Amino acid sequence: MKRRFPLLLVFILGILGIMPYFVPHGVYQNFDNGLRNDFIRILSAFAIILGLVSLMRVHHDKIKRKRENWQYSYVLIVGFAVSGVIGLLGGIEGEMFLPTTIAGFHFDIQTLYLNIMVPLGSTMFALLAFFMASASYRAFRARSLESSLLLSAAFVIMIGVLPLADKISTHLPSFAQWIMDIPNVAAKRGITFGIALGGIATSLKIILGIERSWLGGKE
Amino acid sequence: MTFFFLAGLFALAPPTDVHAFDTPNDGGGAVTIRWHISPDDETIEGYEIYRSEGGGDFELVGFVGSGRTSYEDDTDDSKEYVYKVAALQNSQTAYSEPTPPVHSKSQWFDTTSANLLIGVIIFCSMILYFINQAKKGKVLHIRKISGLDAVDEAVGRATEMGRPILYSMGIGLVDYIATIASFNILGEIAKKTGQFETSLIVPTSDPVVYTVAREIVKESYTTIGRPDLFNQDNVYFVTDSQFAYAAAVDGVMLREKPAANFFIGYFKAESLILAETGASTGAIQIAGTDQVTQLPFFVTACDFTLIGEELYAASAYISKEPLLLGAIKGEDLGKVVIFTALTIASLIGILTRFPVLSLFE
Repeated sequence: MKRRFPLLLVFILGILGIMPYFVPHGVYQNFDNGLRNDFIRILSAFAIILGLVSLMRVHHDKIKRKRENWQYSYVLIVGFAVSGVIGLLGGIEGEMFLPTTIAGFHFDIQTLYLNIMVPLGSTMFALLAFFMASASYRAFRARSLESSLLLSAAFVIMIGVLPLADKISTHLPSFAQWIMDIPNVAAKRGITFGIALGGIATSLKIILGIERSWLGGKE
Repeated sequence: MTFFFLAGLFALAPPTDVHAFDTPNDGGGAVTIRWHISPDDETIEGYEIYRSEGGGDFELVGFVGSGRTSYEDDTDDSKEYVYKVAALQNSQTAYSEPTPPVHSKSQWFDTTSANLLIGVIIFCSMILYFINQAKKGKVLHIRKISGLDAVDEAVGRATEMGRPILYSMGIGLVDYIATIASFNILGEIAKKTGQFETSLIVPTSDPVVYTVAREIVKESYTTIGRPDLFNQDNVYFVTDSQFAYAAAVDGVMLREKPAANFFIGYFKAESLILAETGASTGAIQIAGTDQVTQLPFFVTACDFTLIGEELYAASAYISKEPLLLGAIKGEDLGKVVIFTALTIASLIGILTRFPVLSLFE
């Protein structure tokens, strides 16, 4: 019963999830929206409590056992507590009863998000440029026929998109574009076909209870 | 007399054959109005659409430019409407005859999706056929997938080195198909790590994904008879912020120095940040995603990459479960059918210049 109930639930909800693509009727669409939006939202509300408890426990344990870089866990816990108090009592833009402005200095959740989270996210994103350079260096080493082809294609495209390309050869920009539009798109579409079919097959296996890895495998 | 004759000669002609009907294949709430263009279409500004509700006065509900022959009006399914279309030129308007009364309604089946439904049924039948063959005991050959053969090596290496294994599912939500495929693989990998008593770290970026992942790891350990190995602090929620998650997983890789990193699921720009950091720690790395734009990053920075559908085949391949292998065989046949159909359609299109693809619209 412990395993049959989730399998039955997955089967029923799986079939109900397929139907909205073929049934446009308002009654069914409203039911589907309710299921997808309201039900998932309620589920997420419970899950986020479990998630936050898990996060706090991990960092509490880290501080307790003085694991590597345990001091940073204090930053997380203090940050969590401060933003929790400001968000819950001050509202998103300071519209609730907790004052979120002192001497012209705003510290409501929206301001904190825009001035701390966004720049930190951008900093991480900026690292991508350096990682891309080191990854390209490794990828473009001509060690085999495939990597030599990759190197040649990359060279043509990199030169082809420069304004200088026209001066080297008038055909170079169009050749670079051809590589992007034809072989590149063909490979992408081939992968996409596989993904689409794989997605259907995975869904079918889960709906019919053939795939049970998510339940720990077969009994 | 001459004035009336000239006025009649230069009078603006209205659109003709105006008809209104319930918009097909929708959830109700819409009526489509169609007409033949006015003979003066080239000189007019456009067409005004007028609507009368329950026999009341006509009121303007929409305007479309010249040359257009249809308009979709938002309606209330419980009411009946009559429409008129007027050609507009400067301040002059020429009204068409009113349409018969019409009301909108919901449909229970979208006939435009019938071809999709038939395709899905055929494809599912192929999969079920091969699953049935596998049930009967037929041995099915599946091509070698290096990335999945390396799973045992990765787990073995981590065990020998006494280091943990990191499993990241990326930033996908629980209803993403890549996340669902990743859950299936996580179950199999958790069983393997349990057999070798190797620690498995699973940082997640979504609270719902976290709860499901935790249960999967727990169930997998229970299935192999080692529920005592489950450490709830090893499967945890980090944050749903994309780059904060990347920073946290990078931190785990640098501090814990896992011997093997699995990046399997839905990834975006953080893919390369994770994979390059992992590569710098010397860990064996296996990645898999259905995000075509992220695949080059994983191919470059990881030792093995599951490309596209290999991600969905992974759970079957690792578990060697015959029924699941049957489903992969069905997928492969589906690809052969699509590839054949595309080749034939392309050849017909090239040789005859017949717009073959328009048949599928």
